[in-house]
Amino acid sequence: MSGSDKEDFRSSFFEECEELLEMTQDGLDAMADDPHDAEAVNSVFRAVHSIKGGAGAFGLEAVVDFAHKFETAMDAIRSGEADLTDDMLDLFRMCGDNLSDLVANARNGDNSPLEASGQLEERLLEITGDLDEEGDAPEFNPVTLDLDADPTDSDMAATYTVTFRAKADLFAAGNDPAALFAALRRIGEVTVEASLDDVPPLSDLNALDCAVLWTVSVTTDRGEADIRDVFEFVEDCCDLEISAPEPVAEALPTTEGAAEDVALVPDLVPDTIEMPDLSDLVSELGEGKEQQGSEETPASPSGQNAPPPAKASEKTTKSANTIRVDLERIDKLINLVGELVIKEAMLSQSVDELDIARGSGVSAALDSLKQIASEIQEGVMAIRAQPVKPMFQRMARIVREAGSATGKRVRFVTIGDYTEVDKTVIERLVDPLTHMIRNAIDHGLESPEDRKAAGKPAEGTITLSAAHRSGRVLIDVVDDGGGINREVVRNLAIERGLIQESDTLTPAEIDHLLFMPGFSSKTEVSELSGRGVGLDVVRSAIQKLGGRVAIHSEPGEGATFSISLPLTLAVLEGMVVEVGGETMVVPISSVQETVRPTEADLDRLGVDSVVLRNRGELVPVVDLGAFFGFRRAPETLEDHVLLLIASDQGPRYALVVDAIQDQRQVVIKSLETNYQQISGVAAATILGDGRIALIIDADTIMRDLGSGGPGEKPMKMAG
Amino acid sequence: MSLRILAIDDSRTMRNLLKATLCPAGFDVDIAEDGEDGLKRFDDSDPDVVITDINMPRLDGFGFIEAARQRKRERVVPILVLSTESGDDMKARARASGASGWIVKPFDEEKLLWAIERVASKG
Repeated sequence: MSGSDKEDFRSSFFEECEELLEMTQDGLDAMADDPHDAEAVNSVFRAVHSIKGGAGAFGLEAVVDFAHKFETAMDAIRSGEADLTDDMLDLFRMCGDNLSDLVANARNGDNSPLEASGQLEERLLEITGDLDEEGDAPEFNPVTLDLDADPTDSDMAATYTVTFRAKADLFAAGNDPAALFAALRRIGEVTVEASLDDVPPLSDLNALDCAVLWTVSVTTDRGEADIRDVFEFVEDCCDLEISAPEPVAEALPTTEGAAEDVALVPDLVPDTIEMPDLSDLVSELGEGKEQQGSEETPASPSGQNAPPPAKASEKTTKSANTIRVDLERIDKLINLVGELVIKEAMLSQSVDELDIARGSGVSAALDSLKQIASEIQEGVMAIRAQPVKPMFQRMARIVREAGSATGKRVRFVTIGDYTEVDKTVIERLVDPLTHMIRNAIDHGLESPEDRKAAGKPAEGTITLSAAHRSGRVLIDVVDDGGGINREVVRNLAIERGLIQESDTLTPAEIDHLLFMPGFSSKTEVSELSGRGVGLDVVRSAIQKLGGRVAIHSEPGEGATFSISLPLTLAVLEGMVVEVGGETMVVPISSVQETVRPTEADLDRLGVDSVVLRNRGELVPVVDLGAFFGFRRAPETLEDHVLLLIASDQGPRYALVVDAIQDQRQVVIKSLETNYQQISGVAAATILGDGRIALIIDADTIMRDLGSGGPGEKPMKMAG
Repeated sequence: MSLRILAIDDSRTMRNLLKATLCPAGFDVDIAEDGEDGLKRFDDSDPDVVITDINMPRLDGFGFIEAARQRKRERVVPILVLSTESGDDMKARARASGASGWIVKPFDEEKLLWAIERVASKG
């Protein structure tokens, strides 16, 4: 096997480990629901067992050792030798986590045992200790893949004489003396003699007896044990004697080369007429065995009847019809589909310009082309989509660890595990979600005592849910803790200089202070979530994904952090607008409504400062053209359109544009790979006419106003 | 003609390793993901040798061997067990089910090929 093959297998092994670890988690969850669920116990056992088997092949001893002990404990549960307790279940969960860590380390080339393993192994031994002492536990001695070296030093060669007589069982089990003798040639020089002395005449021949006595002489530099190895599995169904060796003067040059000179063993099967064809014998044997009943299989519980196949669970069959594809290929396809969408838009525009009648052949064909292009696009996006379940499972671990670090009892509930989200989005959600969950447990949930005092169950609940809604993914982290203490938050924000004592803030605005950089609601930095990063980091990570995060909190009842994300990072539903002669795209998700303002809707507060009266609120007005320096803010807004932008970062604002051209899907082309990040710009896209348009980042425009946008300072905002 | 080997293992890694070891050694390799799948392949592809794992979902290795031994064939197809276990009780159980040999996982190429040779001479 070549080095790169081995590397491929290694990485495919680790991929499989991910699945097996997921299976372990699932099984443990099922065991928690029903301790008597035998299939759940089995599936955990098998998953851990498979990890051990694979790890052995790659010489990952730390994984093998731990998996072996874990598996042995699961086996004790499986066989009913130990009864599953809640403590054990907790232990198994920790073992699952530890195994996952070991695998992750091994993947990074670190194959040393983990500190945590020792303690867990001790506890596992409490379950399996008796088993090990009795020696019932299966021994596992890993042998790694590379064993090119000859296992023995070349001692002096010796000749052993093996006498062998097969019993009927040997044939019934699919063994064949000829093959066994041929295998001996691996060890040394072999000659075989068959004695027909005991073979009766054909008329008396009992097909079930094998009367031939073979004498095999093996000249080898290896020991008797190696010869015995060949017959090890058939020892019970043959008469075997291996005589003491007679020394041979010179050592054999090469054992395998020598084998070429030896006559093929099958030829040595005597071809006299008394000897019936072996294969006939064997087939008769097979039938004979069936008629005789099940004496040969005393240890098999199901005897002669084929055991009824275990009912296939949905999960085991689900993986059957899948192929594994390199992610790069899919990404290439996605890029191509992006191009297709752009070209299709260009074509549409050209056709529009030609003024071709609706219903003509060209526009009908174009319509169906559009339809197909959009279906291809959806199909390709769906390839990248994956259920959030594995990520949610990782969060289960975060919950357990955070719970034990804070001494809080936490129940973890997940909803919508099979909601599918773009793979990259899922990957980039891990860190923000980890932080949010730690935060919810550390700051959100009260101590068990406080909870009881408040008339709540001592155990807090963290709910993580995922759902699709209007073309976006919603992920909620909900805790049933004390809710956001707005007075504390407000005071801290004043202390940190984030707001003024005199500011009046709505409850929602106070909640949003949590996302301000440098905000931490605990006075002393807690070990768990206060790691120098605040929720502002969470927010910016989610914004980078084109997502938004919002808080909803009720005092005494807990808090909900809602993340809303695009389904994909490749396309975006955008509003194509015109401003100062430029075409730009505003993500539709940011636009709450559009307004054609009349002077009556607008209030001018001093020079250049305009607010819009909208639904009983005063909304600051920002001119997009002036923000980017395309033009000066217009004198009157009557011919313009206002886009009401809903922002995560506090108040809404109204963005002035000259006109709305279109609303359509645009392909996102990253700018950051070629240019640095530009304030107010999220990415770019190519329009139907081939021009490039910038996609604006509606969330940062408001934030960057204070520090001065890239262009001229626009109308000042009020408040 | 090269020998056809049916390899049954629920671990993809193991199946890959078996394929990568057996194909270059000149065998035709057919694979199955569990005992039940294995029985189907056993009926369809008429292998010369079977290598099977023990711990598998749906139908385990013992179940597979017992069921395979019920099948009427012109010859008894050798079935090797490939398992991380090496306890005597497990081997005895495999023997009772009708297994032809035992290979301990993880295997190295030489060990595997030798075990196959013991039940099926290539010649």
